[in-house]
Amino acid sequence: MPDTPSITEIMTTMDYGPAPEASDTVQAWLEAHADGFGHFIGGAFTAPADRFEVQNPATGAALALVSQGSEADIAAAVKAARKAQGAWAALSGNARAQHLYALARHLQKRERFLAVLESMDNGKPIRESRDIDVPLAVRHFYHHAGWAAVLADEFPGQVPHGVCGQIIPWNFPLLMLAWKIAPALAAGNTVVLKPAEYTPLTALAFAQVCMEAGLPPGVVNIVTGDGAPGAALVAAEGVDKIAFTGSTGVGREIRRATAGTGKALTLELGGKSPFIVFADADIDAAVEGVVDAIWFNQGEVCCSGSRILVQEGVAQAFTDRLHRRMETLRQGDPLDKSVDMGAIVHPVQLARIRDLVAEGQAQGATLHQAAVALPEGGCFFPPSILTDVAPANVVAQAEIFGPVATLGTFRTPEEAVALANNTAYGLAASVWSENVNLCLDVAAQVRAGVVWINATNLFDAGAPFGGMRESGFGREGGRAGMGAYLRAPARKGRAASAPPAPQAIPLGAAPAGAGIDRTAKLYFGGAQKRPDGGASYNVTDPRGRSVGLAGLGNRKDIRNAVEAAHKASGWAKVSGHQRAQVLYYLAENLSARAPEFAERLRAMTGVRAAAAQAEVEASIARIFWYAAQADKFDHAVHPTVSGHVTLAMNEPFGVMGIACPVAAPLLGFVSLVLPAIAMGNRVVVLPSQSHPLAATDLYQVFDTSDLPGGVVNIVTGERDALARVLADHDDVGALWYIGGADGVRAVEHASAGNLKVTWCEVEGLRDWSGAEGQGRAFLHRATQVKTIWVPYGE
Amino acid sequence: MTSNAPRNPGTPLAPDWFEGVAVNRTAAQRRAASLTTRRTVKRAYQAAWLLNAIRCIDLTTLAGDDTPDRVARLCAKARRPLADRIVDGLGLPAMPQVGAVCVYPTMVTSAVKALSGTDIPVASVATGFPAGLMPLDLRLAEIRYAVDQGAQEIDIVITRAHVLARDWAALHDEVAAMREACGAAHLKAILATGELQTLRKVYAASMVAMQAGADFIKTSTGKEGVNATLPVSLIMTRAIRDYMARTGHAVGFKPAGGMRSAKDAIAWQILMKEELGNRWLAPDLFRLGASSMLGDIERQLEHHVTGRYAAAHRHALA
Repeated sequence: MPDTPSITEIMTTMDYGPAPEASDTVQAWLEAHADGFGHFIGGAFTAPADRFEVQNPATGAALALVSQGSEADIAAAVKAARKAQGAWAALSGNARAQHLYALARHLQKRERFLAVLESMDNGKPIRESRDIDVPLAVRHFYHHAGWAAVLADEFPGQVPHGVCGQIIPWNFPLLMLAWKIAPALAAGNTVVLKPAEYTPLTALAFAQVCMEAGLPPGVVNIVTGDGAPGAALVAAEGVDKIAFTGSTGVGREIRRATAGTGKALTLELGGKSPFIVFADADIDAAVEGVVDAIWFNQGEVCCSGSRILVQEGVAQAFTDRLHRRMETLRQGDPLDKSVDMGAIVHPVQLARIRDLVAEGQAQGATLHQAAVALPEGGCFFPPSILTDVAPANVVAQAEIFGPVATLGTFRTPEEAVALANNTAYGLAASVWSENVNLCLDVAAQVRAGVVWINATNLFDAGAPFGGMRESGFGREGGRAGMGAYLRAPARKGRAASAPPAPQAIPLGAAPAGAGIDRTAKLYFGGAQKRPDGGASYNVTDPRGRSVGLAGLGNRKDIRNAVEAAHKASGWAKVSGHQRAQVLYYLAENLSARAPEFAERLRAMTGVRAAAAQAEVEASIARIFWYAAQADKFDHAVHPTVSGHVTLAMNEPFGVMGIACPVAAPLLGFVSLVLPAIAMGNRVVVLPSQSHPLAATDLYQVFDTSDLPGGVVNIVTGERDALARVLADHDDVGALWYIGGADGVRAVEHASAGNLKVTWCEVEGLRDWSGAEGQGRAFLHRATQVKTIWVPYGE
Repeated sequence: MTSNAPRNPGTPLAPDWFEGVAVNRTAAQRRAASLTTRRTVKRAYQAAWLLNAIRCIDLTTLAGDDTPDRVARLCAKARRPLADRIVDGLGLPAMPQVGAVCVYPTMVTSAVKALSGTDIPVASVATGFPAGLMPLDLRLAEIRYAVDQGAQEIDIVITRAHVLARDWAALHDEVAAMREACGAAHLKAILATGELQTLRKVYAASMVAMQAGADFIKTSTGKEGVNATLPVSLIMTRAIRDYMARTGHAVGFKPAGGMRSAKDAIAWQILMKEELGNRWLAPDLFRLGASSMLGDIERQLEHHVTGRYAAAHRHALA
């Protein structure tokens, strides 16, 4: 320890001096567990085994020995969770609320201990762990204690998934634990949590908190280790839902691994979030925003504002002030109360940051770094800004996950939006302007799950957080986050058998009662199109008699249909009322032709006339219901922190794919397509493979109903082959598939490519004619929540 | 105390320096709130920072019941702000001194007399303090009176109506006239920010006052409903920074009113160091307008020396 200068000497330098947070309690705790930590399974710790060392990244010193989880450990933890789940879910919401409340209270009683432990394990400044991580974690448990108490009223008829496997990252170890465990427990799930290899210690401390708070054994289970136990958890039998926060790469692997298993999945993945500064912004506020955006938690934040975009005209002033601000940043011992930045979590991550920055420089970027005095040893990387970054530069596209932002310019709001959206990710965005019109306009246009206006990195348990595009799907926090840990009760229907493959071989027989030949083509962009392959397939009745021909669509038809759907983007921008008017008109026009459609259904499917008529009537009623919802499926304003309006907007995905069931060829089509388009999506629909003509007959109804071309696009043909093309398509945002189990697996697996949101269900489980075929759940599935934080005050 | 900072000569009114400048309140509040959570000073550093605060304090009495004896007692405290045992315990070479003593114009003679033999300047409020709603010639006459009585610093109040009506020319003319009336005395322009309300207006008024030649800009009279706050101070320091960048002239900053604790003294010094740098931690560019703050600082410093918590009644009253 260097000699402290005299008071009079300090008065000449006016330095801050060291201000270390005491760590003796944590040291004593670590010493008490010098033999190592086991896993927390069934309410008790296992004996430490296969131990690995956890280090303090600021010093490289060993902190603790932690057990590497095995497949057997995961199996034991899942078994314990399964054993506990029934009783946990059977508790009243109020009883679960009291347990969650106790967890919140006990976390609060250990707040300083947990903050110090977190900073030692992760390297983040004590200021952040003390003022942000721990208070937010506590708030999450309080908030979800509340959800448990009101669950039966707020989510009637919903049930928990069962056992949730949860895998969390190393950047906010305790906070991510809270985000995962609190809603899961509130809903009546039990959990097996796998903390990050680098930062397992606060999770183990949390296990002790669970014991102190009297949580029933097995409700929370924690297995430590590297990616192997994580993979084992994803694969484990008896896990009903996987929730993962981490890299997009691993998220993809998990999507593939869970494909077709029936496990529910939510993914919070990476980001490359834009930070947009308009010329009329409070420039100093925006500069300070950069500090909170990219130098918060050493930039190891999935939603960090890592792409700074500044409007030409203020770019120089902004850059000058940013450089000046960088001069006063302090970095060093994470336990020092006067540092802005601590240590990078691990040497591996430090190397990754260094490599990416070096590669970015090699590709032409210019590096500007704060002249901070870095401690000797330990994993430190200074606050950094990269300029001269071409869009194709690796640092413009890759998530660095370190204290490094790129800085570029734009000319117009339109260009700002274009640059902001020029990324595979869609997690967050920050918009700086004093013009509320501009702010809200840009917030509406950026593809991001969270938008902060004149702010950045604001979080609250009541505000949904989560990504669009390759930043994942599912929300954490608020009502949307709660919904992610609940599901509808299991459907009672029996799986349908696969439809026969489409036959393109001529039957040599004319349809019964045929007048002038009717040609059912494909339909996209509001026009009927011949199939690219120039082939049609036979549509027959149950006795094999010809009813007509349908176009045999192929990959290129899907490609063309998706392009047509993208061109109809105006549909999302018109008012709900305008969409409703079109959809009501659609119902009206279908009604005018009801007998013809009923006859078509009867002819194709062989149902009795009354049943066919009932399907048409149900379809008309359903169109009305979704037309009505077009301007009634309300967005939400969440009470979060004072002085902020926190909007939760239900936004359409854009272009969706829909593979319809074989049965109920009209009602199945309407049940899936209407909620999607009522919310502003454009759809590429694969209608009933065996009975496609009810859908193709709709072309004229669409045209006479003023449905804009490209809103509904229809490709007939082999459902599973075409669905696979849609699943593989990187410019399709969501895909609904009702079909065979193999198709479900294939669609979910292929959707990992762009991490599109899927809803897949085996055909036959759901009764489309009843309550299961209609409702708000469809609208929730047709939208994703964008949370917009709007601070106010002049 | 003599000033090391060259005086600010002012500039012609230039509204474009401030009219396009946006100030976002919630962002300013966030920054202000995290200043003291991002930085702290402990042990010897805390003692040094508290001592530095003492040399920046404008020890103030501005009450209707002020009397010459009351002022003399305040001046005695200004000469000897700390008990000898604390000065010895801290190992200081000499008794520290406050930045100035601040009084009403009619108390200036008493203060000058009580401070004779020191170089502690006497500051006087003037211009119809605190509301300033007097005819301009009377306000200017009051300045000249206070200077004539020996005040070396004049804390003027601006006409809030000029700011509320965005009559920047009237504000500039007024402060420039006051500056002229001050002569060699330094002018501190009190913006009464609690009555300007919006931070944009605080920024604009700060800039106009500096353009009119203010040597210091000061938050408040201490008599408004809301006095010195960190967000307001943040915006004023940013105006000082911007004025410095445009003209090269360093203007001082004085928060006043509502600051009572040693913790406040540290908080505002952190603000100065972070936003303007060490140069603004010296009394020629930074003053703390406070009356009861010194007492708390003395108690904290005694605790630093003895390790025991101190009692105010064991320290000399201000």
